[in-house]
Amino acid sequence: MTAASVLLAPALEAPEFLGAKTRNRWLSLLLRGSVPALVLVAWWYTTTHGLVSTEVLASPGQVVQAFWELVNTGQLWEFGLASFQRAGLGVAIGVSAALVLGLVSGLSRLGEELVDATVQIIRVVPFLALVPLFISWFGVDEAFKVALIAVSSASPMYAYTYLGVRSVDRKVVEAARGFGLRGWRLAVGVVVPSALPNILMALRICLGISLVGLIAAEQVGATAGIGYLVTLAQQYYRNDYMVLCIVIYALIGIGVDLVIRLVERTAMPWLRHGTATA
Amino acid sequence: MSATTVDIDRATTPTDVVVRLCGVTKSFGDKRVLDGIDLDIAPGEFVALLGPSGTGKTTLLRLLSGLQRPDAGTVLVPPVRTVVYQEPRLVQARRVLANVTIGQRGKPAREPGLAALTEVGLADKAREWPATLSGGEAQRVALARALVRQPQLLLLDEPFAALDALTRLQMQELVADLCARHRPAVLLVTHDVDEALLLADRVIVLRAGGFALDRRIDLPHPRDRDDPAVVAHRRDHLSALGVTPRHSPQEH
Repeated sequence: MTAASVLLAPALEAPEFLGAKTRNRWLSLLLRGSVPALVLVAWWYTTTHGLVSTEVLASPGQVVQAFWELVNTGQLWEFGLASFQRAGLGVAIGVSAALVLGLVSGLSRLGEELVDATVQIIRVVPFLALVPLFISWFGVDEAFKVALIAVSSASPMYAYTYLGVRSVDRKVVEAARGFGLRGWRLAVGVVVPSALPNILMALRICLGISLVGLIAAEQVGATAGIGYLVTLAQQYYRNDYMVLCIVIYALIGIGVDLVIRLVERTAMPWLRHGTATA
Repeated sequence: MSATTVDIDRATTPTDVVVRLCGVTKSFGDKRVLDGIDLDIAPGEFVALLGPSGTGKTTLLRLLSGLQRPDAGTVLVPPVRTVVYQEPRLVQARRVLANVTIGQRGKPAREPGLAALTEVGLADKAREWPATLSGGEAQRVALARALVRQPQLLLLDEPFAALDALTRLQMQELVADLCARHRPAVLLVTHDVDEALLLADRVIVLRAGGFALDRRIDLPHPRDRDDPAVVAHRRDHLSALGVTPRHSPQEH
């Protein structure tokens, strides 16, 4: 018997599992929540046991108490509403202007040549640098605040809209043109819906950034608003209110994110159905 | 092939052709992919254009659909022409029916749109989103979108290339069936000799910037790929493409 004629069977084994391991959803949720919970416990423990002075960091209890104080005096709603109106108006102006500019420069060559370079130059200027100039133009009243928020939210909106329009599948646009779609009908019927994921992501980023604009705007010449509350807390050295304001900003941020997610789900039903094929 | 005068204008275009190319030349860099092409296509004629990759098949089709301009020569096409591409190219954000009637205004487009979807067997998918369709279904929607306009010239740019083998056979039958019913002039670009021989009235082999073979296939439909006449044609077309079969196809 020659060696070549005999095929020896190797020892068999079950293949090592290389696929993705399934994970218990509740365990995953628990782990996700555990770190923030630990931080909260540490905050509570160190501030109530004198390890960290409440002059430096107010305890959770004090912050909650400050919250109820604000609720009972009605100031929370008053200030919240004032901030909401400013941010809403500023974002509405900034976002719609940037959306139009982004669409124009994304859709037409001429638009890009006229708009893009200019906007890109403005975009690299940090909007906070505009504060002194805007104060001298608009004073310290509402107009200044709305303008600052509008400018802060316009830049990312423009950039992402432009990018979104540019990244719409050229082949689909080419086909649509072949089937007789031109100009604004092509824009409304094909390009904008296809760029909608990017546009909504832009909106999410804009709303986040507009909060920064809001804080900056309300530090100056405000008599209401959450930014004003921060200034007050600083003046009276109320650490509990300083922390409370941070918590409020965080909650607003989360709220805005949730709303946009909801909009994404309802405005783009085609993304929820099936997996996209070319 | 009749190579008529190069200088024709629309007024003098004879009515018995729907496509007229005269001396069409197109180069990319140093490479001349089309070198003085002359081509007439009659109304209702199904022409298949064969050629290996990079021979300018798709360039020729893009010239006909207005996506590219020739360097020299004349390209004349009918007013209503539609394209089915290798990919369905549907707008994901519009429902299936809206994709079929895209570019057509208002309610009157609805009924023909539904009728076209019925013809490709997808009437029940009218309200679906394109992402829910299989590759073959999406391609059928693209076919309905092209047919609903009742084109005088239907351009097919390797429309079966991305489909799996079974779906491809079904699609080929569907295309043959629909083209026989609606009788548009068809230019099918493909690199599949069998596909060309099963579907077309006339098969042209494009090679080195010109037509290496331009032959009428006068065989009744539906055709059998094992029919000796088809086998003979296949051998000739393959050799025009520069492929010599190692063993004769009869041996299958």
